[in-house]
Order: sequence, then C-alpha cells, then structure tokens
Amino acid sequence: MNNILEINHLTKTFGGLNAVSDVNMYIEKGELVGLIGPNGAGKTTVFNLITGVYRPNEGSILFDGKSIGGLSPHRICREGIARTFQNIRLFKNLTALDNVKIAFHKEVNYSLLSAVFRTNRFYQGEDQIEQKALELLEIFQLGDKRNELASNLPYGEQRRLEIARALATDPKLLILDEPAAGMNPQETNALTELIHWVRGQFNLSVLLIEHDMSLVMGLCERLYVLNYGQILASGLPEEIRNNPKVIEAYLGEEVTKVVSGS
Amino acid sequence: MLNFIQQLINGLSLGAIYALIALGYTMVYGIIKLINFAHGDIMMVGAYVGFFSITLLGTNVWVAMLFAMLTCAVLGIIIEKVAYKPLRNSTRIAALITAIGVSFFLEYIMVFLLGATQRVYPADAFPTQTYHFSGLLMTNKDIFVIASAVFLMIILQLFIKKTRTGKAMRAVSLDQDAASLMGINVNHIISVTFAIGSALAAAAGVMYGVFYGTINPLMGMVPGIKAFVAAVLGGIGIIPGAMAGGFLLGILETMVSGYGNSLFRDAAAYGVLILILLIKPTGLFGEKSGEKI
Amino acid sequence: MELLKRNPAALFLKILILAGIFSAIQYMISFKILSTYYQMTLTTLCLNIILAVSLNLINGFTGQLSLGHAGFMSIGAYVSVVFTQNLDAPFLLALFMACLGAALAGLVIGIPTLRLRGDYLAIATLGFGEIIRIILYNIEAVGGAAGITGIPKLTTWPWLFGSVVLTILVINNLTNSSYGRAIVSIREDEVASELMGINIVNYKILAFIVGAMFAGLAGGLYAHFFYIIKPNTFGFMKSFDVLVMVVLGGLGSTSGAVIAAIFVTILSTVLQSFPELRMVLYAMVLIIVMIFRPQGLMGNKELSFKILRRKRGEAKK
Repeated sequence: MNNILEINHLTKTFGGLNAVSDVNMYIEKGELVGLIGPNGAGKTTVFNLITGVYRPNEGSILFDGKSIGGLSPHRICREGIARTFQNIRLFKNLTALDNVKIAFHKEVNYSLLSAVFRTNRFYQGEDQIEQKALELLEIFQLGDKRNELASNLPYGEQRRLEIARALATDPKLLILDEPAAGMNPQETNALTELIHWVRGQFNLSVLLIEHDMSLVMGLCERLYVLNYGQILASGLPEEIRNNPKVIEAYLGEEVTKVVSGS
Repeated sequence: MLNFIQQLINGLSLGAIYALIALGYTMVYGIIKLINFAHGDIMMVGAYVGFFSITLLGTNVWVAMLFAMLTCAVLGIIIEKVAYKPLRNSTRIAALITAIGVSFFLEYIMVFLLGATQRVYPADAFPTQTYHFSGLLMTNKDIFVIASAVFLMIILQLFIKKTRTGKAMRAVSLDQDAASLMGINVNHIISVTFAIGSALAAAAGVMYGVFYGTINPLMGMVPGIKAFVAAVLGGIGIIPGAMAGGFLLGILETMVSGYGNSLFRDAAAYGVLILILLIKPTGLFGEKSGEKI
Repeated sequence: MELLKRNPAALFLKILILAGIFSAIQYMISFKILSTYYQMTLTTLCLNIILAVSLNLINGFTGQLSLGHAGFMSIGAYVSVVFTQNLDAPFLLALFMACLGAALAGLVIGIPTLRLRGDYLAIATLGFGEIIRIILYNIEAVGGAAGITGIPKLTTWPWLFGSVVLTILVINNLTNSSYGRAIVSIREDEVASELMGINIVNYKILAFIVGAMFAGLAGGLYAHFFYIIKPNTFGFMKSFDVLVMVVLGGLGSTSGAVIAAIFVTILSTVLQSFPELRMVLYAMVLIIVMIFRPQGLMGNKELSFKILRRKRGEAKK
C-alpha cells in the first residue's frame, strides 16, 4: 500500500446540486499534492469530505488502507489527518501556546481523576505537553509569542500557528486550505520553504488548496484541477500548466496567472 | 366529538394570542438572529397601556389596542437602540443574556412602579356575550381574539409582500451586508421590524387582558416562552410558520388540559419544544442550512 | 513551567489561609457572635459560590448557555431529603446521592441537547428546568406544590466550607488540565476543536454532568439548612440569579465567579427589603456588563498568585 489517501467516486450533493461529483484522487506516501481550480469549484468541499465535516453521498475515502468515509471529524483526526482552514479558525481568546496544547490533547496520558487530584502523573503529562508545544512553536518561529493571544498575532503568524496546531495532532497527512492567502511574496516564499521542510521533518504527505500559482507550481509535485465539482485534469505541474482544458477553465479569471506562473 | 370541537375553539383563541406574540419573535429572529427574550414582557406592557387607556381615559377596547400598539412600537424601537444595537457584532450568548436582562428589567420596573398585584381588566369595556351553536359554546371574546389576530396577520402579510419596506425587510433577513450594499438602510429596517413585532405583541396583550380578565407585571413570562415555542415549532424566522405554530400550540395545550391533566399543560409546551428541537430544529416549515467552513 | 510543579510553599500558604477562615468563622458560630441572620446569609453565600462556580463550568468554560441550573439543584434537594427523611441515611450518603441524582439528570439533559447550539440550547435547558419543576409539582409523594417541610437541619458550617472548597478545587483542577483546555476549545470554536481530534460530544456531556453534580450538592445543602423545600424555590428565577453571578464575574473565570457570588449575595442582603429594586438592578447590571464588557468583569482571567508573580516578573524586565 503506497497510497496514504485514496478517493474513489466521491460525490456530495447539496439540495440537489452536485458540489462534488465522482472525484477520484490519490496521494502517495510523502507526496506533496495540490488541488487547484476556479472559485466555487468545490475544493473546500473535498477537504470537508476528507476531514469528516461533511458525509459523502457516494464514494469511498481510504486513508492508509482504512475506510474513513462518514467517520466523525475527531475520529478522522485521530486516524492521522490534520487540516488548516481557509478562514483562519484559531482559538482566538487563547494564547498561542494553549492553541497548540489543545491539539496535543489526543496524546494526553493522564486520566481525568488524575487531573482532579493533581497526581504526579498529571504534572509529568503536563510537562511533556508543554515541552512538545514549545518545540513546535519554536519551529514556526512563534516561541517568543507563546503567551500572546492568537487574535493578537499578525496575519502571517496566525497562518503559521494554524499549521503548528495541525501538526500537534501528529498527522500523517496534512491538509492546507489556502495557506498563503493574504500573504505577501516574501512571506509566501518563506511559507513554501517551511512546508517543504516540515514535510520532510515530520514524515508527512501534504494536500493543499492554493490560488497562488507561484506557490503551487514551485511546491507541488502533482496537481489535480477541480472544476464544477469534477476533476478536470491531473498531472505534473508542467503538464497542467500547458493543458488547454485547464487554461480554458481559468479563462477570464486567472489565465494569465497560470500561463505566466506569476 | 362535540367536546373535541369545543376544545378546538378554545384552542384557537389561545393559539391566536400565541401566534401574534410568536410573529414578533420570528420577525426579530429573522432579521437579527436574536431571541428577543423581552418580547413577552412587551406584551405585558401593552396590556397595561390598554388597561390604563380604558380605565383612565375611558376609551373603548379598539382605541385602547391602538394606543397599546403605538406605545409598544416606540418601546420596541428604544429597546433595540439601547440594548441590542451595541451588541450586534458580539457573541450570540452575550446578546441572549442581554435580552434576558431586558426581560427582567421590564418585569421588575413595572412591579416597582405599579406593584405586583393583579389588576382586573374592566369587564364593562367588553361585555361578554355567549352564543350557542348546536351544543357548542362560543363567546364574543373568542370571536374578538380570533378575528383581530387573523386581521392583523393579513395586514402583516400584505405589508411584507407588497410594500417596499416589507421587501427591504425580507432582503435584510436574507443577507444584511448585501441589503446594505443595495442601498437599504439596515438600521431603519431593524427599527421597523422591532416596531411591528412589538405592536403585534401589544395587541396580543390587550386581547389577553380582555380574554382572561386579569393582568400583572409577570404575566408576559409564560406566554412569552410559549410563543417562542410556537415560533420554533413553525420554524423560527418564517412568518406563516409562526402563525401555524401559535395555533397548533394553543390547540395542543387546551387538548392536554381538556383530556389529560391540566397541571401538565405547561410541561406539554416544553415537551413539544424539546421534541421539535431534537427531531427537526428548523421547525415544521424550516429548511436546512449549514455553517460555512 | 516550574509553575506547574507542586509548589509546597504556596500550597502550605493556601491551606493556612483556608484553615484560618474556617476556624475564625467556626469560632464566631460556636460562641454565638454570628447571629442566626448572618449564619443564614453565610449559608446562602456558600451555596451561591457552589452554584456560580459550577454553572460557570457549563456557561463560561464550555460556552453552552444553560438556563436550567435550578432544576439540577432541585433534584439534589429532593433526592437528599428522601434519603435523610424517608430512609434515615447519614447526611454524607444523602449528599452523595444528591450529587449522583443531579449528575444523572445532567447526563439525561446533556445528551439530547448536544445537538443544539447557542440560543436553542438555552431555551431547551430552560424547558428542561421547568419540566423538572412541573413534575415535582405533580408528585404527591414529595408534597406536590406545598413541598416538604420539617427537614432536619444537618447543614453546618464544616459541611458548607468543605463543599465550597471541594467544588472550587475540583472545577479548578479540571479546567486547568488538558481536559479543561479541550472544554474551552469547544467554547472558542466547535468545528476547529473537533477537527483537532477533540470529541466535543463527550466533553460537553462531561461539563453538564460535573456542573449538574455540584448544583445537586448545593440543593442537598440548601434543603438541610432551610427546613423547607418546594418546587417553586427552584424556578427560572433562581437560575437567573446564578447566571447574573457568572456573567458578572466573567465567563470562564472561577475566581471571578467566586467574587461575583460574594458580591451579589451581599448586595441581595442589603437590598432585601426592596426585592423589586434588587431585580431591576440585577437586570441593569446584566445589560450594562454585556454591552460594555461582554466577557464579564474578570474575563477569563483568574485571580491568583500566578498572575501577581507574573506581573512582578514583567515589571522586573
């Protein structure tokens, strides 16, 4: 089994409309795959289906050889899929450190009673979580912001914190929903490097939605193009770049961006 | 069978009052997504305005109702401007707690000013006449309550469907930002919504006084919650839903006390609420809508 | 990080302060310095702290607006009285059963209402609270509307003090753990919380059960101090009172809830001869706090040695 994720005939309808229809995708272990497409093509819906926010109407989702279609989001997270959100969804009124600590909750090794009675096990467990959370924050250059409220962080740091939080759940597959949205070119470059590095460091497979073509073309090893809820094309970035169907789908919207890769 | 129809008539009168209050809940919820907890208490204020209009000014019931509706329309606008408007962008929990605060404020400011004692609605303002139809009993009060409620509902429907303001209200309830971009004065529309909803509650208050004969400062609490149940039953935010929900709940309650145990009348309403929330939270007429992620 | 470790000095200091408070008041009670009236106020104060701190777990930490706290309290009250009066059980067992009964009710109410959010949940809990009241009203075995009288006065200062300390300790330790963070994340963003692997259903039920359990404890203590219980004592008004304390103190601050409970109890005592003025004032406080400081006076901050120490640390920098 070389594929970490395998999606077959995935379909989701909303009130009779096909948001996603008959989508087939796979991601190999360690691969970095991009999902692109015009606005409203159903990209985020695919993400929501993979992470259990929506139940698929038809089709199967195999994660590491196990069917996860229809499982609840927290179960899927425990299986090893973590994600970020198009509109950042941090725990705004909590500190950066607490945001990451919460995502470590599934690793907590002391019981509720142990917490209530403050046993040694509790203190050890808390120390471990704190240590790990601080390490993650350091990796994302947020170490000195640990006690800042998430809502007080600048936009780019919030995006980074969201990735850090996702990594805290110890995923095998990381799903990023427009990680570079709202970032300037320097930040985007730094993010590209970071994603690359994180993938190697944490042994991850990565699936990302992105509108920033420079990031997609520079980072992804393979691409899927979604249009009107269906896979329009898939292949290497070079192939996608020159695919006439893809250019047509983007025509009028982002044709220049795709062609020039800027 | 005769008894059943009799209960149905009683249920319709009670339901008409619920329906009128429920309309206000549903309109306000449709527009600013707030459960206006104080709505039942606006009904109570309406009942008092009607009471003083009849006793002090010597007006008839119709004028009293008009007075009550005008006063409460203004009261509704003031409440929205003072208490709810500052919270429009805060959490729903904060808005809900504020609404509970407004509710208790209205109740106890009235207790403080007028005392907690009951007042008897002047009986001679609306002398009871009883009609018999082949074994069925009906009073002119039943007719008064049902007819005025239906009349007001028809006016409301026409207003919302036919007038510019009514269309603007529907637009605001669908999408506030878009409506505002289309040149609709959202603040104005919200004020109008509160005014209309409160006026309907005031009418219900006067009807309540006439129908049940006594009023007190805490009278709005239970009918308020019941009317909310009615609004949820029909699908909150949906105007025909509120009417249907009101009548349904009124009939259900009279049936429970008529055939079962009158002590469990209130429990029935809450039971319906919990059942509907668990089985179909969007109500009988509601459609499903999800949160965008 | 060292703050997390056991700090024997601070612990010793806390125990010393608590022992001081306990014995000072016990002394005043034993030597009749505290009149019956003040003892009543003291009891109300302790009960309010238990109620506010436990409701704060549901409303403040978990962010689930519950308006049925008085309902849980009534279950505790009735269950405990059945055990002491009808079954001649010792007080400790009666209180334990009160907690258990209320926790069970919390479970029963918690599970179905989990599908509801925000306003709907608030109304549903209000409905459940009222249903409990109406049911008690109609059970002749527990006195119906008249309630139960002649309950032995078993709630003494040591019981009250112990219960307050237990409530604060359990809820404070719970909220300051990974489980507590999971609970708070539900308040912050349910969707994100669940996608971070947190079983939000379990933790909402947990919050309801623990919150209800302590409300039940307060009910048991209430019944065995005030001699009489009836369904109407535990109406929506009582839930509202507790809500005022939680909101005033800060949604998500245990120390805030304690301070607010003390403040509100004293205010109520002062305004006792003007009950309607008291309610007008409460209502205004609720509205004003929500408009100007929707997170409550303390927000989610805690008053503790830790904050003081951190403040000092920052000053040194």
